[in-house]
Amino acid sequence: MSAPSVELVKLSRSFGGVAALDGLDLTVEPGTLTCLLGPSGCGKTTALRIIAGLEHSDGGEVRVAGQDVARIPANKRDMGMVFQSYSLFPNLDARDNVAFGLRMRGWNAAKRRERAGELLELVGLSAHTDKYTHQMSGGQQQRVALARALAIEPRVLLLDEPLSALDAVVRVQLREEIRSLQTRLGITTVFVTHDQEEALSVSDQVAVMRAGRLEQCAAPAEVYAGPATAFVAEFIGTMNRLPGTLSADGQTVEVAGRRLVVRQGGTEAGPRSGGEVTVLIRPEAVRLEPAEDGTATVRQAGFRGPITRITAVLPDGTEVLSDVPSASAAELVPGRAAALVLDDAPVMVA
Amino acid sequence: MTALISDSPAVQSPATAGPGRTQRRRPRAGRAVLLLLFAAYFFIPLYAAVDFTLGGSRRNMGHTLSVWTGLVHQEGFTTNLMTSLKIAGGTVLLLLVLMVPTMAWLHLRLPHLRRVVEGVCLLPMAIPAVVIANGILGAFKSWPQAITGSSWILILEYVILALPFTYRSLDAGLSAIPLTTMVEAARSLGASWPTTLWRVVVPNIRTSVASAGILGAALALGEFTIANLLLLNTFPIWTDQAGQQDGEVATTASMLILFLSWLLLMLVSQLGRGRAGKKSPKLRRNK
Repeated sequence: MSAPSVELVKLSRSFGGVAALDGLDLTVEPGTLTCLLGPSGCGKTTALRIIAGLEHSDGGEVRVAGQDVARIPANKRDMGMVFQSYSLFPNLDARDNVAFGLRMRGWNAAKRRERAGELLELVGLSAHTDKYTHQMSGGQQQRVALARALAIEPRVLLLDEPLSALDAVVRVQLREEIRSLQTRLGITTVFVTHDQEEALSVSDQVAVMRAGRLEQCAAPAEVYAGPATAFVAEFIGTMNRLPGTLSADGQTVEVAGRRLVVRQGGTEAGPRSGGEVTVLIRPEAVRLEPAEDGTATVRQAGFRGPITRITAVLPDGTEVLSDVPSASAAELVPGRAAALVLDDAPVMVA
Repeated sequence: MTALISDSPAVQSPATAGPGRTQRRRPRAGRAVLLLLFAAYFFIPLYAAVDFTLGGSRRNMGHTLSVWTGLVHQEGFTTNLMTSLKIAGGTVLLLLVLMVPTMAWLHLRLPHLRRVVEGVCLLPMAIPAVVIANGILGAFKSWPQAITGSSWILILEYVILALPFTYRSLDAGLSAIPLTTMVEAARSLGASWPTTLWRVVVPNIRTSVASAGILGAALALGEFTIANLLLLNTFPIWTDQAGQQDGEVATTASMLILFLSWLLLMLVSQLGRGRAGKKSPKLRRNK
């Protein structure tokens, strides 16, 4: 069976008069992994729960393979879900947890056992089939939860911040395993996270949400390099906020003594003209060069392996972050004067 | 490899162990005295009662099991015991069938009403038995005479009486598990509501369900006031009547029902522990 697409069409949901989803539109292509990314309260988990049927929408549609599933209850939607808090059944061992969905589908005991064994092997837990939840680590429990969700051969796999409760090392390891499994099985997957690094590293597309709406949905590299809005630009990666002056035609901006082109659609509230603005520039687009007459003063240097992140201060007190190759950062010690050089690339203004 | 840091009491130095031990001994001694007092308060009457049923009060005759063995031949003993057991079984069944889904629903969907429902469930403790008895008779007067005019009505009475214990027990059990995510996980895996309740919720609050059942059964087996008010014959009523003619028989019957309740308690708790132990020791500890 080929993987279906998932479409959210003008999806809305309010809780006590507060809109958690405000006309959300999103398309997840068959067999791809889409991350819903956004700050707390942006509606990403609500959207996922509506897709799963665990929450109802106030308006809009959820279409799976083109069919509206609004009237289909959660237990008939054939969607595998992995929760943040593992949610394994404590009275069952790992094998019975994985086999639970198969039992609900009327599989006989022998087939269930065999299939659960296969799935546990798939997630690398074939030696832990008889263990109960309290006998497993968080990472192992989440692997069992993943195997349990996959055992029923779901049409769509839904992951609700599955790695949030795990420690850093396990989190990185498991997210790579999830991506590898998803690619191998070709299952349409929606992954909710608030961790941008996680989203950028595992997704085919990242859907950045804010206040119940979609800000941008694109491939990770595109979201990073070409953020559609100032919010996306600031939410994804680190961004410098430098004071600048927008030209009368709104096409260029003067910042730190340089005139830079404003990126197409790169203003927060549509085309603007003239006036003071905040210019958004990534640390890797800022260079600091040691110079006695430089306007910036190095305050701090943070070694990060191949690059060193320099924090410098401009005469007006504005802080500037710059990622410089560690090999050429030796002279940029705290207190040293440096010249600020900005890349010519088009910038965004807020 | 030898551990460099040990939390074993064996490595305590004599200097620190001495005062610590003295400090520990005092409360331990206090606890022992309290325990002894409690045991005496609890067991002396029981011992006296059992001794009485064995003829211990008649020193010249020695001890005998004759009253115990003759109990089943007493007129009305078996009938009334069976009636009480049936009522207890019916009470437990109705209580759990009503309360387990209600409490699960309350926790899942109406948590803001928990305090209100708790208040309602505690009311039977404050309302006099005669009010409950007549209230239930009035509420179910349109029901068939076979129920309202027989000892079956007691099931409805006892379900109301047992609500406070049942609420507390199930509430504690449901509060101790991640109910919402477990239910949502079961639903997403294809389980219907009844299946989710039976296969996911109940197994994980097994001890609470057993406690609620035992308390309900104990209440139904020992309740006297309402049965007496409604002029119905149950085992406690029979025991009271027997006591007016023969104190030994009445005491023996009381002891029997007490031991039966204990046996039931032990049986259910062992069953729960055995299954929980086999399945999940941690779960058992949590309950």
